[in-house]
Amino acid sequence: MAEAPARPSAQAWTPAQPLVEVRGLRTWFPVRSGVINRVVGQVRAVDGVDLDIRQGETLGLVGESGCGKSTLGRSILRLVQPTAGEVRFKGRDILRIGSRSMRRMRREMSIIFQDPFASLDPRQTVADILGEALDIHRLARSTRARKERVSELLGLVGLSGDFAGRYPHEFSGGQRQRIGIARALAVDPSFIVCDEPISALDVSIQAQIINLLEQLQDKFHLTYLFIAHDLSVVKHISDRIAVMYVGKVVEVSPARDLYRQPKHPYTGSLLSAIPIPDPRLERRRERIILKGDVASPLNPPSGCRFRTRCFKAQPRCAETEPPLETVNLGDHKAACYYPLS
Amino acid sequence: MSFAHLLEVDDIHTHLAVKDGTVRAVDGVSFTIDAGETLGIVGESGSGKSMTALSIMRLLPRSGSIVEGKVTFKGRVLTDLSEDEMEAMRGTEIAMIFQDPMTSLNPVYRIGWQVGEPLRIHRHVDTRKSIVAAVDLLRKAGIPDAPRRVGQFPHMFSGGMRQRAMIAMGLSTSPSLLIADEPTTALDVTIQAQILDLLRTLNRDYGTATILITHNLGVVAGMCDRVIVMYAGRVVEQGRTEDVFARPEHPYTWSLLRSIPRLDADEHEPLKPIDGSPPDMVRLPAGCKFTPRCPFAIGRCAKEEPELLAVRNQLSRCWVTQGGVTLDGAGVG
Ligand SMILES: Nc1ncnc2c1ncn2[C@@H]1O[C@H](COP(=O)(O)OP(=O)(O)OP(=O)(O)O)[C@@H](O)[C@H]1O
Ligand SMILES: Nc1ncnc2c1ncn2[C@@H]1O[C@H](COP(=O)(O)OP(=O)(O)O)[C@@H](O)[C@H]1O
Ligand code: SF4
Ligand code: SF4
Ligand SMILES: [Mg+2]
Ligand SMILES: [Mg+2]
Repeated sequence: MAEAPARPSAQAWTPAQPLVEVRGLRTWFPVRSGVINRVVGQVRAVDGVDLDIRQGETLGLVGESGCGKSTLGRSILRLVQPTAGEVRFKGRDILRIGSRSMRRMRREMSIIFQDPFASLDPRQTVADILGEALDIHRLARSTRARKERVSELLGLVGLSGDFAGRYPHEFSGGQRQRIGIARALAVDPSFIVCDEPISALDVSIQAQIINLLEQLQDKFHLTYLFIAHDLSVVKHISDRIAVMYVGKVVEVSPARDLYRQPKHPYTGSLLSAIPIPDPRLERRRERIILKGDVASPLNPPSGCRFRTRCFKAQPRCAETEPPLETVNLGDHKAACYYPLS
Repeated sequence: MSFAHLLEVDDIHTHLAVKDGTVRAVDGVSFTIDAGETLGIVGESGSGKSMTALSIMRLLPRSGSIVEGKVTFKGRVLTDLSEDEMEAMRGTEIAMIFQDPMTSLNPVYRIGWQVGEPLRIHRHVDTRKSIVAAVDLLRKAGIPDAPRRVGQFPHMFSGGMRQRAMIAMGLSTSPSLLIADEPTTALDVTIQAQILDLLRTLNRDYGTATILITHNLGVVAGMCDRVIVMYAGRVVEQGRTEDVFARPEHPYTWSLLRSIPRLDADEHEPLKPIDGSPPDMVRLPAGCKFTPRCPFAIGRCAKEEPELLAVRNQLSRCWVTQGGVTLDGAGVG
């Protein structure tokens, strides 16, 4: 059973309903080659995703490199144009609205990037970086109001207002990520895609940023899509977690259930691969060591995409793709014919 | 020949020239490793882990040099060897694998040729035999379809397979010491698990001593007999892995263990971060380098730097624990 069909009209939306509803979403990238630049294939980065993001929650999104996490996050914000499907934000299909309405929608959504070094323009001061979003959406009425807002934003992320005139290279990695967060907050959004916001940071700094994101969520009632490949971090921060494999969501469930009772064999192996910083426990643990590498999104295997690495695969798995179905009580779904018990 | 330890690193100081001064990347590091042991080196980025490894291998960047100290391997002083002698040592007795295998594999040569190279150079094996050996080594390193794979180029390999190829090459001459610098940091967790499993097997089957450099405390917990914790170019704590994790004796280790989210943690508690940021290696503070971030600091800490001394089961560089205080509530097991 897929998620319930999205409602037809914007008027019907209330906060009790999902903030974001993703239906049948596909984002393919053409691969070109030769002198006439002929399309020779399609990278199926996101290949048929159904997903709800609920108001006020943190939905964790995990999976291996290249499985389509960032592309899904960007497609939801329409920073890349999806090939097919629907993304409803507060009930409105943002893939099909005009540019004026989209501009208004943009104030509700933001993104925080992985690499605080690459994502900030080195020639802009902090004030310019934060002010840019304010200018685009005409959110500051005067120079003074703009200055005050910049100062306020810096305060929100734990930086001194004196930093406004400085350039990104004058900051440490953790401070730069704080600036990236302040930039995301500038438009006063309700939804933020956090695309691996701590992966580039030192271990000793990661906890500061996680705590900051959690505090800001409480303060502004933010909804997060939190992308990461570190499942320990995702478990800590998420209410629910979606697991992706080669363009598909293969399991989605409340965080606690996912860790206690993973249903998809891929989730099971992913969890068993995370090292736990406790020597006694870590040495006793049973590990599922997967064979081989992640399948190619250019040419995914027939049927279940995980079957080339799956330790439970049967002939049936090669035939048709298993649908994402309820496996446990209510809120836990997995796409597998032979789920883990 | 008899020697006390397989490798003995004795008070090495490695300096690097940078635009605005000198980085004391390694500032008085000493440790030993014995045959068959796995030693972990942890610390955040810039703490001197790689420079310690490169000092042992004598593969420092041109701006760097060992200004003091001695490295002894099987009784031979590596720091005194000629470049040719050291090169022979690197090809046969000590192997090193890096975080990004693409930078250490040559893109224009076939994998089999590269994996067999140490055998041709150091064991004077002919080309054909070296390729046959490469097939065998790749198979041992867990690469399926090895006879076909030897003919491929590095870009046709995935990240995990390249790392396996590097390990195969490193092990071709059966070295007694393998230095692995963040060998899984660039890899996905399921591939990381494969590579760690391979390193574990090699250590068990061939008794290869391993120095495993990582910033991942979970990896250390699962792999290492002993662990060294580095901060600002220094060893701040050293001990048996179980002891260090169960009862850290240095505030940096203690704080680090408390700050990381754990897969097996049950209740949702806010994390306890370490304040501040890692030190600027060109302008290190006086006294203990952890003072600005340390929740236990006392007056003396900012003025005088403690030595690395025995504190219960470990070595710790801290005035407070050396003075008998225990860092309560930090244990994980
Ligand atoms: N603009 C693009 N053009 C062509 N292919 C792309 C483009 N962006 C992404 N891809 C491809 O789409 C797939 C999914 O990429 P994506 O960046 O979404 O992965 P990811 O899950 O975020 O990975 P990571 O964990 O490495 O960040 C990959 O095969 C990638 O190479
Ligand atoms: N090629 C280089 N030139 C100058 N300084 C360097 C070079 N490589 C590393 N450093 C500096 O040396 C210190 C230790 O670095 P490194 O050993 O690479 O740390 P780690 O491996 O623990 O991350 C850092 O301050 C780093 O910036
Ligand atoms: S459907 Fe089959 S191949 Fe896919 S995960 Fe389930 S058991 Fe494995
Ligand atoms: S010497 Fe002082 S500052 Fe340094 S770790 Fe110990 S208590 Fe902290
Ligand atoms: Mg990504
Ligand atoms: Mg390093």
